[in-house]
Amino acid sequence: MKNRSLISISDYSKQEQIDLLDRAANFEQHPRRDILKNKVIASLFFEPSTRTRLSFESAVQQLGGSVVGFTSSDSSSVQKGESLKDTILTVSNYCDLIVIRHPVDGSARYASEVSPVPIINAGDGANQHPTQCLLDMYSIRKTQNKLENLDITFVGDLKYGRTVHSLIIALCQFNTRFHLVSPVELKLPSAVKRFIKEAKLHYEQYIDLTEVVAKSDIIYMTRIQRERFPDPIEYEKVKNAYNLRNNMLENSRPNLKILHPLPRVNEISVDVDSSSKAYYFEQARNGVFVRQALIASILGLIS
Amino acid sequence: MNRKRKELIVSALNNGTVIDHIPPERVFQVIRILGLDQTGKQVYFGTNLESKKYGRKGIIKISDTYFENEEINKIALVAPSATLIEIHDFEVVRKTHVVIPETIEKIVKCFNPNCITNKELISTRFHVIYDENGLLKLVCHYCEKNTSKANFVFV
Ligand SMILES: [Zn+2]
Repeated sequence: MKNRSLISISDYSKQEQIDLLDRAANFEQHPRRDILKNKVIASLFFEPSTRTRLSFESAVQQLGGSVVGFTSSDSSSVQKGESLKDTILTVSNYCDLIVIRHPVDGSARYASEVSPVPIINAGDGANQHPTQCLLDMYSIRKTQNKLENLDITFVGDLKYGRTVHSLIIALCQFNTRFHLVSPVELKLPSAVKRFIKEAKLHYEQYIDLTEVVAKSDIIYMTRIQRERFPDPIEYEKVKNAYNLRNNMLENSRPNLKILHPLPRVNEISVDVDSSSKAYYFEQARNGVFVRQALIASILGLIS
Repeated sequence: MNRKRKELIVSALNNGTVIDHIPPERVFQVIRILGLDQTGKQVYFGTNLESKKYGRKGIIKISDTYFENEEINKIALVAPSATLIEIHDFEVVRKTHVVIPETIEKIVKCFNPNCITNKELISTRFHVIYDENGLLKLVCHYCEKNTSKANFVFV
């Protein structure tokens, strides 16, 4: 992984993904060390995403590295209409690695082609968000003690939810049984189903969430995002389609964990938070360890 | 009569390449893709010619020029039926069909309006795939979205 950008989860092989999860487990044991001393990481957020940015910055600072960069609100160069290429070429003079979040699809791949330093994609438009995918895999493995042969249920916006797409594609490597719960308007696109079929795995589609709670090892809830809808009327129709409440978990498996990429709106009731099956806040915490492992691996500081 | 005339025109080229069986409406596109509007060599073209196989066709002849497969395959998207005839000393030495390559560069625009290739000055790049119905689709190297044949817009 040394010097290799991470734009799409499939840029790394299955073994490399597993190695990263193993290293992340190690960082969870020892999250504070000085291995990034004298290293500078640029964090370029062309659109706001406070939690992803804080997670990256915390990951770097806990390892003794420093962070330079901007967020969309104060990015003068962006407002001045500078091209992405020029921004990347300039910033790469000041740092060892660039973390980029950008609203345009494919921007991170392009950045990695012009940049002399490695790039980590922290979300490019509706396309990829590979560190979210890795932290989801980490959370699944940690709570289930394995990644293979699990019943994993995805709920909500399966059409526009990019974290869902990447995670499903990644889980196709682990003999997953997929349960897909969504309104008709928000079904998983055929381009993603194709990966499931090519892996010779099975999926079932549902509209009613209650049908599938009892047969899940993981329930991955998602927010139905207004900004992904071209038509506001379509959004109004489906925005309150799902609401997971504590009493729906009565007959669930003892090992069930509920995941959510956050922020949630109303798809998980607050009364679920106190359940031992709620895992979404720990899931966010795991993001720090995964990002530490990734940055340290790319900079060649651990093996 | 047709056959005779074709031989006559082909044999008029003593060295070079004939690209035959181009869809008539694509002749100018093929000229552009191969950069023939920039060449210093002699170029002849015809369009809306009669063809037994296709009804009507276009044809281009370029003297003293030969194409690498990689180069000629760039026209496969716009002219999949094209045949390539290489001529040395008035003789046909090679006759091939164009093959759709695994990657397509520059020729087609990405259908996704939010793709970086539609926002900055970047050449497009696609990987060719075939869906479950065998239909050709282009997967954008950048935004990873599919562009299907019905949505092809040529650069
Ligand atoms: Zn694209």
